[in-house]
Amino acid sequence: MSLINYSSREINVKIVYYGPGLCGKTTNIQYIYDKVSPDTKGKLITLATEMDRTLFFDFLPLELGTVKGFKTRFHLYTVPGQVYYDASRKLILRGTDGVVFVADSQTSRYDANIESLYNLHENLGEYGLKLNELPYAIQYNKRDLPDLIAVPDLEEELNPKHFPAFEAVAVNGIGVFDTLKAVAKGVLRNLS
Amino acid sequence: MVRTNWKVFEEDYWAISTTLQELLKNSNATSVILLDKTGQLISSVGDEPRFDMYSFASLCAADFEANAQLAKLIGEKDFSTLYHQGSNESMYLARVEKDIILVILFDKKTTLGLVRLRTKKAVENLATVIKGLYDKLEYENEEYHEELGEEFTAEAEMEIDSLFSD
Repeated sequence: MSLINYSSREINVKIVYYGPGLCGKTTNIQYIYDKVSPDTKGKLITLATEMDRTLFFDFLPLELGTVKGFKTRFHLYTVPGQVYYDASRKLILRGTDGVVFVADSQTSRYDANIESLYNLHENLGEYGLKLNELPYAIQYNKRDLPDLIAVPDLEEELNPKHFPAFEAVAVNGIGVFDTLKAVAKGVLRNLS
Repeated sequence: MVRTNWKVFEEDYWAISTTLQELLKNSNATSVILLDKTGQLISSVGDEPRFDMYSFASLCAADFEANAQLAKLIGEKDFSTLYHQGSNESMYLARVEKDIILVILFDKKTTLGLVRLRTKKAVENLATVIKGLYDKLEYENEEYHEELGEEFTAEAEMEIDSLFSD
């Protein structure tokens, strides 16, 4: 949910990273946190288990700077990917302005991707939202690992409508900013 | 359903700030913060926080929402207020209308009873302002409408390219 405050001249928007467990959502946010300059980022909040699995969400506020007199901020969230945290995922998705779906390219995660994407559609639907009405991009992560699903096969199964898609190795930063930029620009275009 | 987008206009912002200031003074709290259910900070008054306000707002919203789900599980509609007691600092959270959360931070200079009492009145005042704001957004007209425009998009895209780069 974007919030435009005409008095304090601020715009806040929310982008959510979605995807199956261990696909690299937190890795994306962590890379962004490490790379952006200290004066543009807030504190990275991670609500994770002792095993570093996201329990509730990760949150990173980023300040874009002042655009046309408005201080513009992005709030990046990740959802917990594990199937049984669906109630938490639903809460995080509330009021989102844009969505990044991080898919795990490994053959063994084929079904997990499909299940998670279906879950995303379902949860957005509960808020009266549709994926094709939101700025949205899909990221095929872990392209450096062996035993991968070919990109055309991923496209056919996960992205038949050909939303912007990016190959990535989030742990090395490959594709991370390209994915974020695609959705961030879409979100700001929706505001104007 | 949650509002998908909303805006705070100058006069509403000042009406909100005045209520928050009064609550701060009357309850002897250290800070009063207003945010929406998605974790967006709307306004805050009182002591300059020693923490990241945006992270604080996102966690408060998550806290409130998680408790609302717990309420549903035990057969309640929601919990309209929450109280977190610390040894020095405590927090009191109250729902305003459907989508807004009021957070009061206070220490031993005041009591929960006083905070609760003053908050009740402030919630009523804020509800009136918020309802008015929702009405305006419902019937948004030229008077209230300020386009961000294409120039905004172009400039914002340049900023995005420079901020999000390896």
